[in-house]
Amino acid sequence: MKIAVCLKRVPDTTTKIVLTGSGLAIDEAGVKFIANPYDEFAIEEAIKLKETAGSGETVVISLGTDAAQETIRTALAMGIDRGVLLQSSGSLDGLEVARALAAELKDGGYDLILFGKMAVDDYNHQVGPMTAELLGLPCITTVAHLKITGGAVEAEREIEGGLEVAACSLPAVLTCDKGLNNPRLPTLKGIMAAKKKPLEVKPASLGAGTIELVGLAMPPERQAGKIVGEGPDAVAQLVSLLRTEAKVL
Amino acid sequence: MTAILAIAEQRSASLRKVSQEAAAAARGLADAMGATVDVLVLSSDAVIGVEALGNAGADRILSARHADFALYHPDGYSATVASIAGNYAAIVFAATATGRDLAPRVAAKLGQGCATDVTALAVESGKIVATRPVYAGKVLQRVRLNGTPAILSIRPNTFPITPVGKAGAAETVTVPSFTTRVTVKEIKAAASAALDVAEASVVISGGRGLKEPANFKLLEDLAAAFGNAAVGASRAVVDAGWREHGAQIGQTGKTVSPGLYIAVGISGAIQHLAGMRTAKVIVAINRDKDAPIFKVADYGIVGDLFEILPRFTEEVKRLRAEH
Ligand SMILES: Cc1cc2nc3c(=O)[nH]c(=O)nc-3n(C[C@H](O)[C@H](O)[C@H](O)COP(=O)(O)OP(=O)(O)OC[C@H]3O[C@@H](n4cnc5c(N)ncnc54)[C@H](O)[C@@H]3O)c2cc1C
Ligand SMILES: Nc1ncnc2c1ncn2[C@@H]1O[C@H](COP(=O)(O)O)[C@@H](O)[C@H]1O
Repeated sequence: MKIAVCLKRVPDTTTKIVLTGSGLAIDEAGVKFIANPYDEFAIEEAIKLKETAGSGETVVISLGTDAAQETIRTALAMGIDRGVLLQSSGSLDGLEVARALAAELKDGGYDLILFGKMAVDDYNHQVGPMTAELLGLPCITTVAHLKITGGAVEAEREIEGGLEVAACSLPAVLTCDKGLNNPRLPTLKGIMAAKKKPLEVKPASLGAGTIELVGLAMPPERQAGKIVGEGPDAVAQLVSLLRTEAKVL
Repeated sequence: MTAILAIAEQRSASLRKVSQEAAAAARGLADAMGATVDVLVLSSDAVIGVEALGNAGADRILSARHADFALYHPDGYSATVASIAGNYAAIVFAATATGRDLAPRVAAKLGQGCATDVTALAVESGKIVATRPVYAGKVLQRVRLNGTPAILSIRPNTFPITPVGKAGAAETVTVPSFTTRVTVKEIKAAASAALDVAEASVVISGGRGLKEPANFKLLEDLAAAFGNAAVGASRAVVDAGWREHGAQIGQTGKTVSPGLYIAVGISGAIQHLAGMRTAKVIVAINRDKDAPIFKVADYGIVGDLFEILPRFTEEVKRLRAEH
């Protein structure tokens, strides 16, 4: 089984985000970067599927700056066989990213191409299904449970109030959600091995796209409200405020 | 004349409320651009909710019926939307499980970008400008959509439905031929309540402070007293297996924007706030007066949730019986 995983380097979700003076970017100084958490589910699934199949190859592909090499090494330390960095400063427009990834994936002969369901920086939720569409492959998004038997894929995805069961055949594109697995941590041995694994670096050129940044802004701070009171005796006043002041009851 | 298309979701013979919100968002754009609004319903059964969609702002309801459209059909839906996309300046989806899957497929078919999870829309110099939360809601991004059609999805519960009293007439759209690559076989209903946290107008969430899973009954009772409420959870209790993942609010769960969010026994970690900070009104119940949740709450009660919740449920019931 030959499996590709698309991996994005993103700011750690716990870091404080500060905007640059122009308000057109975030200030990266002091920001810790990590592998997109949903992509870790994809990495884990790829490694497990290859283990189960007993043979094959796993490849991680990341589009980003040279700094993304470090993120790719993390995936290699977890157990992915080799990495590809598509050098680019990225794009706001997910379709441009999808086009570059699709160009790299097109002739790779992959049985399975895995994505995260979304990147936790841009919340775009789109590069996976867009890439699938460009490649003309079946795609199931936000997969929380997966069963692959022979060439048949059966996946469950969370929808409002239930689980949707979807099926397709390989080759296919899947985007991974929480619940799929528990990503392993790199071992020391894995980290050492990762240093020797192949990492191919090549430039990618992205088009301008149709989505243009106007600006970034910090959301209005939520004002801390009032402590209505202590204990059950405060309930009556709370309910009355919800009715008369907040008008939600 | 310029027109805007909204995509409606009809499932098991009911129209999702979020479809009216998509129609309302499209109406807002149309009014700013001097355009009309069409709403497309993809279904196997006859269209329902023509009136509701009209009232939310649709001038026309387009019905695309196909035997395979009883459940979501990614290939068929995307082919159908793409086949009529050329008539529109913009296509508005709801950022639901279906809309988030469908919008990017349509966008890629049309060679256009897509703005996901939009919380506000404006028209500036004839172009649509969308506001969307990024970096776990820590930053608001404003983007101009330069493509035609502009493709976007709106976050549920953020675009109010203002009744406009339009009638909306239903017309038929031909479903083009399509190749089925993915088949949705069934929907397994969640064991818990049907109302989803992402769509409920009141969300009552519990955290580790509830002590054990059985105590969520206290939250379910309060939800029942409200009537239109869903019960959510922090990641701590989902990871502990007390609640289903579908109920998790936060960065690795759902993002919700209800009219009222009640956090019970939840400390208010940054990853939890990412999922609920856009709620209109936030209430916190916590015995620790320094819990971070109070920093974002509009109203708080400091104290033991086990004493407070039964009283809260009682008061809400009493009030709702009176009015
Ligand atoms: C990458 C990442 C992603 C994450 N994603 C999410 C996410 O999506 N959603 C999420 O929620 N978290 C998420 N977390 C976890 C988050 O950091 C917190 O650990 C979690 O939200 C804590 O859950 P809690 O508030 O229920 O528990 P705690 O932090 O333990 O808080 C329990 C609260 O209950 C109060 N309490 C206890 N007993 C009582 C009582 N009798 N009466 C009243 N109050 C009482 C306590 O004072 C305390 O404030 C994520 C973390 C990471 C690192
Ligand atoms: N620059 C990138 N390089 C590699 N994969 C990416 C990149 N951007 C997005 N992806 C993949 O697409 C998924 C969805 O991202 P997004 O649509 O940006 O939310 C991510 O989880 C990754 O798997």
